[in-house]
Amino acid sequence: MSNSKTVQPAESAAEVKSELALLPSVDIYEDAKNITLKADLPGVSKEGLSIELDGETLTIEARLNTDMPESMTTLYADVSGNRYVRRFSLSSELEVGKINAEMKNGELTLIIPKREDLQPRKIEVKAG
Amino acid sequence: MAGYLTGFDNDFFSQFDHMRRQMNRLFGESGGATGIRSVTAGTFPAINVGASTKHVDVYVFAAGLDSEQFQLSLQQNLLTIAGERKIQLPEGVQSYRRERFNGAFKRTLALPDDVNPDAVEATYRDGVLHIVVQRAEEVQPRKIEVK
Repeated sequence: MSNSKTVQPAESAAEVKSELALLPSVDIYEDAKNITLKADLPGVSKEGLSIELDGETLTIEARLNTDMPESMTTLYADVSGNRYVRRFSLSSELEVGKINAEMKNGELTLIIPKREDLQPRKIEVKAG
Repeated sequence: MAGYLTGFDNDFFSQFDHMRRQMNRLFGESGGATGIRSVTAGTFPAINVGASTKHVDVYVFAAGLDSEQFQLSLQQNLLTIAGERKIQLPEGVQSYRRERFNGAFKRTLALPDDVNPDAVEATYRDGVLHIVVQRAEEVQPRKIEVK
């Protein structure tokens, strides 16, 4: 380990602004086998999407292009970022290696299976 | 450690976003005059509008629809975008979060006065509806000859 710190050059205001992340809206629901996460990522193609898993942290990151061609001026903008980021911490009963992702019309569907041996079983209550 | 997928909001990004929305509500987006047809931040769908001398481009950020589900109309320079997004959860699931917009929507915006309502094209791709409206010939820059 080195004690020296690398001093990062100060970012220009424009760079900071361009890196502001948008928070995508999600729906999350669970059934007996999976947890399903649906996220709205309008403007993102399959190629612009990255889903990363670091330990139990799932990061959804996606680039979108809101830049107008140079000859155009912006009259109005609700969306001013150029990427979406959202993180979730998963819990240990989920099969993180078997996550299935699908992108359609800017809508991401993530299916996170639960470990088979941990899927809910009916607990019988015996009379005492 | 951070909350589980099933826990509460506790990460920095959602708190920051929440704060930003509160600030926008208090002070307005820019501190200037509010457009009479403008909507609260976060209204579905989000819209960006850009203009060049030849056309006006409208980008509607509406994920998860089909192109047939949009109704567009342009009356003079008033563009109306309407539609319905229906999200149905499978039966018997336990729902934790329902943040995505579900229901009918309609937004109206005033484009520059010189748009040509007969020359409109719209394409839907990756969840963004891109509407291109041509501007009338007379506003396009002309070269002025100096005699």
